[in-house]
Amino acid sequence: MKAFAGTLAGTGPLVRLILRRDRVVLPLWVLVLALLPVAIANTMKDLYPTAAERQSYIDIVTSTPTFLALYGHAFGHSLGAITAWRLGGTVLFVGLASLLTVVRHTRAEEEAGRRELLGATALGRQAPLFAALLVTFGADLALGVIAAASLVAYGLPVWGSVAFGLSWALFGWAFAAIAAAVAEATEGARTARGISIAVLGLSLVLRMAGDVGKEDGPSWISWLTPFGWIQHIHLYGDQGWWIFVLFAGVVAAFVATALALSARRDLGSGLLPTRPGRAAAGRWLRGPLGLAWRLQRGSLVAWTLGFAALGGVLGGIAEGGIEVIRDNPKLEVVVQRLGGSSGIADTYFAAIMGLLGLVAAGYAIGAALRLKSEETSGRAEPVLAASVSRQRWTASHLAFAILGPAVLLGAAGIAAGLAYGLSKGDVGGALPSVLAQAMVQLPAVWVLVGVSAALFGLLPQLVASVGWAALAGCVMLEEFGRPLQLSKRILDLSPFAHVPKLPADDVFAAPLVWLTMIAAALIATGLLGLRRRDVL
Amino acid sequence: MNGENAVAASGLVKTFGKTRALDGLDLSVRSSEVHGFLGPNGAGKSTTLRVLLGLIRKDSGEARMLGGDPWRDAVALHRRLAYVPGDVTLWPGLTGGEVIDLLGRMRGGLDKGRRAELLERFELDPSKKSRTYSKGNRQKVALVAALASDAELLLLDEPTSGLDPLMEAAFRACVEEERNSGRTVLLSSHILSEVEALCDRVTIIRDGRAVESGTLADLRHLTRTSVAAELGRAPVGLAELPGVHDLHVDGRRVRCQVDAAGLDGLLAHLMPFGVRSLTSQPPTLEDLFLRHYETGEPEARPARRMGVTR
Repeated sequence: MKAFAGTLAGTGPLVRLILRRDRVVLPLWVLVLALLPVAIANTMKDLYPTAAERQSYIDIVTSTPTFLALYGHAFGHSLGAITAWRLGGTVLFVGLASLLTVVRHTRAEEEAGRRELLGATALGRQAPLFAALLVTFGADLALGVIAAASLVAYGLPVWGSVAFGLSWALFGWAFAAIAAAVAEATEGARTARGISIAVLGLSLVLRMAGDVGKEDGPSWISWLTPFGWIQHIHLYGDQGWWIFVLFAGVVAAFVATALALSARRDLGSGLLPTRPGRAAAGRWLRGPLGLAWRLQRGSLVAWTLGFAALGGVLGGIAEGGIEVIRDNPKLEVVVQRLGGSSGIADTYFAAIMGLLGLVAAGYAIGAALRLKSEETSGRAEPVLAASVSRQRWTASHLAFAILGPAVLLGAAGIAAGLAYGLSKGDVGGALPSVLAQAMVQLPAVWVLVGVSAALFGLLPQLVASVGWAALAGCVMLEEFGRPLQLSKRILDLSPFAHVPKLPADDVFAAPLVWLTMIAAALIATGLLGLRRRDVL
Repeated sequence: MNGENAVAASGLVKTFGKTRALDGLDLSVRSSEVHGFLGPNGAGKSTTLRVLLGLIRKDSGEARMLGGDPWRDAVALHRRLAYVPGDVTLWPGLTGGEVIDLLGRMRGGLDKGRRAELLERFELDPSKKSRTYSKGNRQKVALVAALASDAELLLLDEPTSGLDPLMEAAFRACVEEERNSGRTVLLSSHILSEVEALCDRVTIIRDGRAVESGTLADLRHLTRTSVAAELGRAPVGLAELPGVHDLHVDGRRVRCQVDAAGLDGLLAHLMPFGVRSLTSQPPTLEDLFLRHYETGEPEARPARRMGVTR
């Protein structure tokens, strides 16, 4: 025990260092996410003031596949229950923020070589991992406490609110612990982030698969994912407190794994030893594009596979969900209003693809920001000191930011279209329309790429923060803009607000052309700006 | 090419916010010479090289390189030069061999035989992933890539800062060969012995300005020989001699520094006191360097005169 305590020496100063480095971004995500629940509760109260209204709303939406996929099944129709139901997917962002924070302060530090500098001081070998977990756990806990306190203050039941805050905090803990174990096992921060996010995404898809097409509540599949556990707690119902033990188990298991890995491995290494590679470059590695391909191919392939799998699952569960609503005589009016079963399918795929568009934008911004990390790390210097123009170098990475999302959305669209078409026996009819639903997201994605490209050329010091903030803004507007009753003018700030919902919108070419032109203008601005500025 | 300067910069100014990194810098590198670019950390050496590479834009002044404009003609000029950055960072997932080939190809050519020979000489394993290389090995990757190219001009920014003495010797041998084969080398360094051993001409830079430029012989005129003598009897009147500095007289022993111009006078003055032994050390670049980097004039610092016995 004493030996273990020794490995934690220096945790205190490290915690302060992390808090110092994250003094802006950490309070920001904690507060935004912590106060979102009470804002949603307020909206729900405005929109559905009486129990009867809430009941009929819940009955309708939880039988349409779109809402089941996005938010899952509801348990109860009290104001608290309906708020918790509406936020069923939002907890994703708590997990995302937690895992990013952990990777940022463990593997990323090590990869940058800063961990070595600190490691030579009186620092126990578990201290960096421990400090990163401590800060993230603390932030999640603060988030949970603020969320619960604000919900109680708003007048929602105390125990339900406590369960709500606790579920969000522990969800964050679970993904912080998973990210810690992954970060100890992989050699690069990029890989660690990718794998952790994939686990998070898979957890969400499992929850969706457990909900859609099931009339009487989620199937056993939802027990495989932390998203499902939160559902099964029945927040603001008869809370199943024992489910928190599942969270505790996940946290304990992954923290123990991370600590065990970190105790054994060498600094800078992962689980697998680095293998030697080829002594001479292959034929393709001969210019900036070949280099960009080499640097980005791994993540492009992984994301494409992820999108194809996601598309397959979401397409595959659609027909079951549509059947349920079609066969329910009580919902005939709703079915009519949604334009029959093809109308239901269209709304479902529009919603799903809108979500995937936002995720694809995340990939695209990451691909564009390679430019920035190549520049700040000094790796752009030898390329630009060779006979390579700035435009060519920039274009080589932007090619992935522009064409990459097309590949991702294409993969998701084809997989979803095929799966949906096969399940209802009409591939020829389903595939083109589902694929089109996916591809119309592209111009909106490109606008966000354009924002990053323009900033890279003009204000490179802001490109990472503003680039990601633009995406976060779009996510907020798309997911919470309507429930928060923001005005149309504000909602229209998101490029995704202009993506037509096919094929309901007959005239859909115009906004796509406009978005593409805006994106092109932004990218051109970036390229021009880059011609004039200093390279770091 | 003959007669034309490979690099000609005059009055270069570059500011970053409030800091004036280059403050009217002049630099001229003749074709086929090895030119030392000497200065302490933060003097502006890397900034100058980055202006010459067109990575950053000068605020004012003139810069020409290989007959072109470093900013406007960057892409064309870079085909004719090779550059080794001071702080070499590589792509962690690529092997050293891949990086060498990639840089060579982007520059427009690499001599395969020379690449193999250089790998041998620098004892570099090209099949290792860059993330496993030490600082010295990363530097070797950049050096091999530059030296194996057929560029006319080599821009080397403190290229030996991570190399061990054996590798440093290998590097020096390579630069000697480059000189003999007529390539132009601009070698930035704060290692004086390196510049002394390798360079035909030297430019010394301080606070963004060239304070001295010329051949080593030229610059030695500016510096002082250390003289130590044992005399037959205690000397008088040494302190009044022109060009004598740092005088220490301890009975019949004398130590001092003397300007080149004052050497005749000093020797003539010592003779009458009966010279028993005399050692003189030629000025090292070290002395030269120190003279330029001391803040304020050395003559104005009383501490330097302590120990004068009379």
